[in-house]
Formats: sequence, structure tokens, C-alpha cells
Amino acid sequence: MMRDLKRMVRRMKTNRASLRLSMVPYSLWIILFVIAPIGLIVYYSFFDLSGNFTFDNYKNFFTSVYLKLTVSSFWYAFLITFFSLLISYPTAYFLTKLKHKQLWLLLIIIPSWINLLLKTYAFIGLMGLYGPVNALLETVGIGKQQILFTDFSFVFVSVYIFIPFMILPIFNALDKLNPALIDASRDLGANAWTTFRRVIWPLTLNGVKSGVQVVFIPALSLFMITRLIAGNKVITLGTAIEQQFLVTQNWGMGSTIAVFLILFMVVILLLTTANERGMAGSGKKR
Amino acid sequence: MERNGKLPKIYLTAVFLVLYAPIFYLIFYSFNSGGTMSHFESFTWEHYAAVFEDKRLIIILLNTVVVALLSALISTAIGVMGAITIHYMKNKAMRNAMLSMNSILMVSPDVIIGASFLILFTLVGIKLGFASVLLSHIAFSIPIVVIMVLPKLQEMSPTLIDAALDLGATRKEIMSRVILPFIKPGIFAGFFLALTYSLDDFAVTFFVTGNGFSTLSVEIYSMARTGVTLTINALSGLIFVITAGLILGYYFITNRPKTPARGVKR
Repeated sequence: MMRDLKRMVRRMKTNRASLRLSMVPYSLWIILFVIAPIGLIVYYSFFDLSGNFTFDNYKNFFTSVYLKLTVSSFWYAFLITFFSLLISYPTAYFLTKLKHKQLWLLLIIIPSWINLLLKTYAFIGLMGLYGPVNALLETVGIGKQQILFTDFSFVFVSVYIFIPFMILPIFNALDKLNPALIDASRDLGANAWTTFRRVIWPLTLNGVKSGVQVVFIPALSLFMITRLIAGNKVITLGTAIEQQFLVTQNWGMGSTIAVFLILFMVVILLLTTANERGMAGSGKKR
Repeated sequence: MERNGKLPKIYLTAVFLVLYAPIFYLIFYSFNSGGTMSHFESFTWEHYAAVFEDKRLIIILLNTVVVALLSALISTAIGVMGAITIHYMKNKAMRNAMLSMNSILMVSPDVIIGASFLILFTLVGIKLGFASVLLSHIAFSIPIVVIMVLPKLQEMSPTLIDAALDLGATRKEIMSRVILPFIKPGIFAGFFLALTYSLDDFAVTFFVTGNGFSTLSVEIYSMARTGVTLTINALSGLIFVITAGLILGYYFITNRPKTPARGVKR
């Protein structure tokens, strides 16, 4: 009893002391780089170019130009996320079946270590009029196509960029899956599709959700690929913000668009954190 | 799995082909004496020689690597402290609030991070350049480290700490001999992810960098519109060989002694 008590007292002390010590830099980070920047964005969204307080930026946002932009942004982000998932899920699944799966996973990740801009630049060459893709199309008999500066090239390159980030969480979820569950499902007479739909998919849904989270929101705000690959034909919320901040220097309007982007983000975040809480709950039950 | 036959292999091969196609495309033309990326004339090393002669390029490369390494190191340190803070927090509401705060920068689009940091640095008076880029990279890498370390902390049984306390360990010893070794895989994962994010970042750097300071991404972006020389191809070839070599080397070094140990741990 005495020993337990002593231990408890010591443990409490330990926790408190280590907490106090480790709390400082992290809390500072939260205040300086999470709260302050968002506060500043909201603050600036109420000012016009000459520094007067105004609601005009918000009025402007609800004009057809910006609403159209928002809708098309969401549509492209949806397409990018959908195709990323479509390609990543089977990839992750097949990877978990390989002998040296960690090594193969590493090989999937290595391209993401190569600078994003370099890869994008390579696509400009690959998809160009005199690039190998068009050469292939010509020999097949389809003939030269304008691939670059189209919606297709934009979605394709974006999906290419995001695939590793989608594969990683799905792979982890699949890897954690107890194979006995699949065997059980098979033994109980479920076919492959039912097993996937009723056992594998629900149990890896959290991986899928975090994958969607890391793809969808960045996809909403791509701006470099829109410039280089889509040739300014696709304008996303990200492009608009960049334009306002760095070209027009209208920080107020840029901040307003950013405020809306943050709001969309919060909605998505709320959806996923509710889910994580559920996950934590099931973890505790164990 | 035997049931599926060849399909998985074909599928994976296709995915790998597409994933590596742009990289090998770049590397292939880095040996082209023709000077463009469309017609291969003859084999040459001249672009590789040019990389080492181009002082400006080497400085930019060094900038990129220094920012990546420093930001990964610092953010790992702060992130580990943050994860420990969150994990041992008693107040549940506070804990959830912290967790949500943590996720904000993780899911924030680069453009918003860049724009808001630009406002912040301009207001505080930090000169746009190395300092602002490094600070931003540290800032957006911290939550990734926290996310990688937290699950390891949750995995750790509290009895380990009780045992250490019973055996007379001090606070410092518990930290350095129990907690840190246990969460080491998480720390490494966090460090490497932070490194990746930093090396890969373009948007945030693009916003917060000034005239005198440039990283590889920003430089290529500005060059891609005017036309890139094959020196960049040669450089990407070098980067690819070095990173792939380092990663695979790291993998084989860490994985060999791990295999027998794994069984014991379970």
C-alpha cells in the first residue's frame, strides 16, 4: 500500500514536471504558428486595398465569379481524390501481399522524395507535342493529341503527385488488419467481394479517410500545377489566393478567400475527428 | 493470394512504371548532348559537369538541404515534446483542443499556410529569406512529427513507467531509458516525413521567400516558364541516385538485425 502510494505521488510529480518542460515550445508553436496566422487572415479579410475597414471582400466572394471558382475547385479536388483512391487502394492491397512489402512501400515513397517541381517539369516534357506519349500515340495510329494544358493532364499529374500520400495510410490500415478475420469471413461462406465490402473496407475505412484528408484539401488549393500543366485554364481557390497575395497584392481579398478555404477545411476536419474519436473509443474497449 | 494469379503483379508493375516514368525520363535526357528534352542526339556527361560548375545552383541546392535538415531536426525535437505533452495531459477537453490545433496545420492547404505566414512575418518584421523559410518549414513539420509519435506513446504500456519508478529511476532516466527508446520508431518516421515535406515543399516557400533566397522548387518553378536547361535534369539524376541510395541503404541497415528481434518483441 505504502509503495503504491509513493509510486502514485512520484508518478504525478513526474508527469507534471515533464509536462511543464515539454509544454513550452509546443504551446509557443501553437500560439505563434497556428492561432496567430489564422487570426491575422481573418483580420485582414476585413480590409480593402487602401487599409479601410470593409465588408466588401465578403460581398465580392458571393458574386458569381468566386462561387463558380469554388464549385470548380471542389469538382477538381473531388476528381483528383477519387482517382487517387481508385488507384491507391488496390496498390496498397497488393503491396501488403508481397514478400518484402516494406521495401516495396519504400519504393513507392521514393518518387515523392524527388522534388515536386522536377516531376511536374518532367510531365511537361512527357506530355508535350514532341514528347514520348505523343510519339506512342502516333505509332499506335491515334495521332498527335494536345495533352498538355487540358483538364486531363491537370487531373493526371495531380493524381500522380498525391498517390503516395494516399497509399501510405491505406497500406498501414490494411497491414494492421488481422488476416484471421478474412479467413473467418471466407470460412463463413462470404465470397471475395462480400469479404471486401463487409470486412476489409469497413476495417480500413480510417486509413481511407485519412488518405482522403491528405489529398482532398491540398487538391482544393493547388496552384503550381494549374499554372504549369493546366496552363491557367484551371483556376482553383489556391490559384486565386496566390494571385491576390503575390500578383495583385490585394491581401484583403486573398484573406477572404482564405477564410472560406479555412471554413471548408474545418468542416472536413470535424468530419474526420469525429471519426477518430470513434477509433480511440474502440481502442480503449480492447 | 495464389488465386489472384498475375493480376496484382501486372497492376503493381503498371503503377511503378508510371511512378518512375517522369524520373527516368528526366535522367535519360540528362545524358543528351542535344540540349533539349525531345531529340536524343548522343551520350554525354557534360550536363553533370555543368552542375558542379554552376555555383548558383549549388548554393540553391545547399539552401534546400540545409533548410530540410535543420527544420526536420528542430521540428522533431519540438514535435516529440508536443506529443508527450498531449499524451500525458489529464484534462480531456484541453487534450482534444490541442489535438485539433495540431491537425490544423496538417490539413491546411499550403497556400493558406504560405499566405498567413507571409502576413505574420511581414508584421513581426522578420526579413523574408532564410529565416522565414526555415521557420515556416519547422512550423508545418511539427504536427507531422506529433502524429507519428503519438500512436507509439499510446502503444506504450503505463506499467513500463511504473516498473521503472519501482526500480528507482529518476525522471530523466524514465525519459531517456524508457519513453524515448520505446517511441524511437515514431521519432524516426516523424523525422523522415518532416524531411520529405520540407524537400518537397514549394507553395509555402514560394510565399515566404525573399529576393535573395531560393530553394530548388522555387528556382525550378521560375525556370520552368522560361525553359530549363539539361543541367537541371542532371541535377535531378544526381538527387535521385543519392536519395534512393540513402533510403535503400538505411532500409537494409535497419532491417537486418530487426528481423530476429521482431519475434522477441512480440
